[in-house]
Amino acid sequence: MGMLFIILLSPLIGFLFSGIIGKYLPEKITGWISSLSIFVSFIFSLQVFLDLTPNVAEPAGGPAFEAIGFTFLSVGDVFVDFAIQADRLTSLMMLVITGIGFLIHLYSISYMHGDNGFYKFFAYLNLFVFNMLVLVMGSNFLMLFFGWEGVGLCSYLLIGFWYRNAEYGKAARKAFIMNRIGDLGLLVGLFLVISTCKSLNYSDVFAAAKSGSLSTEMVTAICISFFIGAMGKSAQIPLYTWLPDAMAGPTPVSALIHAATMVTAGVYLVVRCNILFEMAPAAQQLILWIGLSTSILAALIGLKQNDIKKVLAYSTVSQLGLMFIALGVGAYSAAMFHLITHAFFKALLFLGSGSVIHGMGGEQDIRKMGGLKSYMPVTYYTFLIGTLAISGMPLFSGFFSKDEILATVFTQQPVVWFLAVVSALITGVYMFRVFLVTFMGGFRGTETQKHHLHESPALITVPLIILAILSLVGGLLNLPELFTHDHAQWLKHWLSPVLGNSQDALHHPSHSTEWMLMGIAVSVFIAAFLYTRSKYISHASVPEEDAEMTGAAKWSAHKFYVDELYDKVFVRSTERLGSTMDKADSGIFAGLMGWVSSGISFMSELFSKIQNGRIQYYLLYMVIGVILMLVINIFK
Amino acid sequence: MNPDSVFNTLDISHYIYLSSVLFCIGLFGVLTRRNAIVLLMCIELMLNAVNLLFVAFSSYMGDSAGQLFVFFIMVVAAAEAAVGLAIIVMIYRNTRSTDVGLFDKLKG
Repeated sequence: MGMLFIILLSPLIGFLFSGIIGKYLPEKITGWISSLSIFVSFIFSLQVFLDLTPNVAEPAGGPAFEAIGFTFLSVGDVFVDFAIQADRLTSLMMLVITGIGFLIHLYSISYMHGDNGFYKFFAYLNLFVFNMLVLVMGSNFLMLFFGWEGVGLCSYLLIGFWYRNAEYGKAARKAFIMNRIGDLGLLVGLFLVISTCKSLNYSDVFAAAKSGSLSTEMVTAICISFFIGAMGKSAQIPLYTWLPDAMAGPTPVSALIHAATMVTAGVYLVVRCNILFEMAPAAQQLILWIGLSTSILAALIGLKQNDIKKVLAYSTVSQLGLMFIALGVGAYSAAMFHLITHAFFKALLFLGSGSVIHGMGGEQDIRKMGGLKSYMPVTYYTFLIGTLAISGMPLFSGFFSKDEILATVFTQQPVVWFLAVVSALITGVYMFRVFLVTFMGGFRGTETQKHHLHESPALITVPLIILAILSLVGGLLNLPELFTHDHAQWLKHWLSPVLGNSQDALHHPSHSTEWMLMGIAVSVFIAAFLYTRSKYISHASVPEEDAEMTGAAKWSAHKFYVDELYDKVFVRSTERLGSTMDKADSGIFAGLMGWVSSGISFMSELFSKIQNGRIQYYLLYMVIGVILMLVINIFK
Repeated sequence: MNPDSVFNTLDISHYIYLSSVLFCIGLFGVLTRRNAIVLLMCIELMLNAVNLLFVAFSSYMGDSAGQLFVFFIMVVAAAEAAVGLAIIVMIYRNTRSTDVGLFDKLKG
């Protein structure tokens, strides 16, 4: 189907345009054409989505639209096509990627104004959207891997966008290397799939899994390998430390890549392979506990960060952990629901923080902000909506998506439910902390900054307003049955062909239990709000300086020294190994090679003496040779 | 007396000794003399030593194929001598010498 190719190629054309001739055009033209290329994809994605809507009778699991480009790979009896598809799961991802991508492109036109690498930024951004679309639209695992690596590359390029700062370059490398570790897991998974199924097509692999031709051990191995890949991309323990550092990139990048889309690729992968994961309870348990510990650890770290973007980064890690909790208990539609609402409000929060940073002239430390409410009203209100949504204010999108996950977890693992609620409580606390410290109270920056303070231009505020509306009403996608009977659980029904029967098997709590859970969620939200309010408004306290911190606060502020631990255990030991190898190399091997080469050159000099150019000597050698042969023949 | 019978009275070993001696003289000349013309003559000597051996064995074995070979060798030797002498003449014109010791210009 041609439409799918248009969706895919439009950002690629935008990338080529910006990358090749964008340099010679005015900023406005480059920016608008790049944005337009994403908008075209968005419009066609919408069309695909609408085309899928009446198609209720779609065969379970089968893609609705498929298009095959060419044969990508042909090795032995394994053929892989460059094939794309759009089923219901994909179409949701496409809308999120292109929709939010378009808004962030618009935002960037203003945000990146005056940057030397303006054209480059838009080229990378377009390339990212292309790769992300390949990731979700591919109809086989190789396409997914292609996009997976592509977004990793773009992430690297954009984190290190301001490459003149050595720290930023290091952050980019860190992200790249940690992602490679995860990618190795994914690659191993792909090899296992090829060796067992002789095909990489989703349909073939899932059909093989359904027919029961794969052993449980093999499926578990494949799932765990895939999950290792997801750990890297979606920043789960132990591969999460790259994401907070990735905040070195420009803020629109943090919003698009490191909050809304790329980091959710791991969630997409697990949802896509739900048939496999359903067959591997051990892998699901692993996902559940990793997700839970990531969620809590990241939330605890987020409590004491003072860089506005770092807080949001840890919050992203924490929310991704929540999504994996949902995946761990098999609540795939709930995970997708939270993925979508999270994309809305986290993109909003990042763009809001970008607006703040823009207004503050590059300042990111919330201790130097304060009282921005009166200077930046639009940013204030939109950020407020984002904060309320992520903290779980009733009727906001985050409330419904979180509630859906928590309710499902409660029926299966009450202990996990309790810990997840704790994580939600901490989320509320750190989000209100950031919000109140940034926007309330008095201004704590310098006079020049105060003079400079202004509301951001329309290109920045309009995307904020649109995202704020989405964060507000995003919950309508999947209203719980408590509220309405006719349109309840729209998202779950929408995804049912992709998810098969696994969702129906999920045990839902009774209505009274659900009311109780909702009550607990609301009280958690109120508790978080009241606690933070009393601390930062009534007592008007400002987060303490780093030196004043003690005990647990210090541990939290220093990210539990995980980076230091990794540095000691992995980086230092690798370096030591490297220097040992270097010594061995220059001592033993280089010495050995030197001996061999000098021996050869000595011998060759010796023999070159024989070749003196005189014919009679040559003849003599010949005669000696013949005589020797005779002698040997005689005495043999 | 039939000329054939004269030769047949001699034992085959005499022919072998004679041609070996001739061959070694030729070889010695090739390896030691510096004059290119003498070199060429020594090569002729070696060839003729081989020819003698061919004929002797041909007669001894009663097989005429050996004598046939001798004619070929003579023809080739004549051609070789003609070409070789021509080359020596050319070299002499260029260097005013036929000393093979000077012919080392192709040395690497």
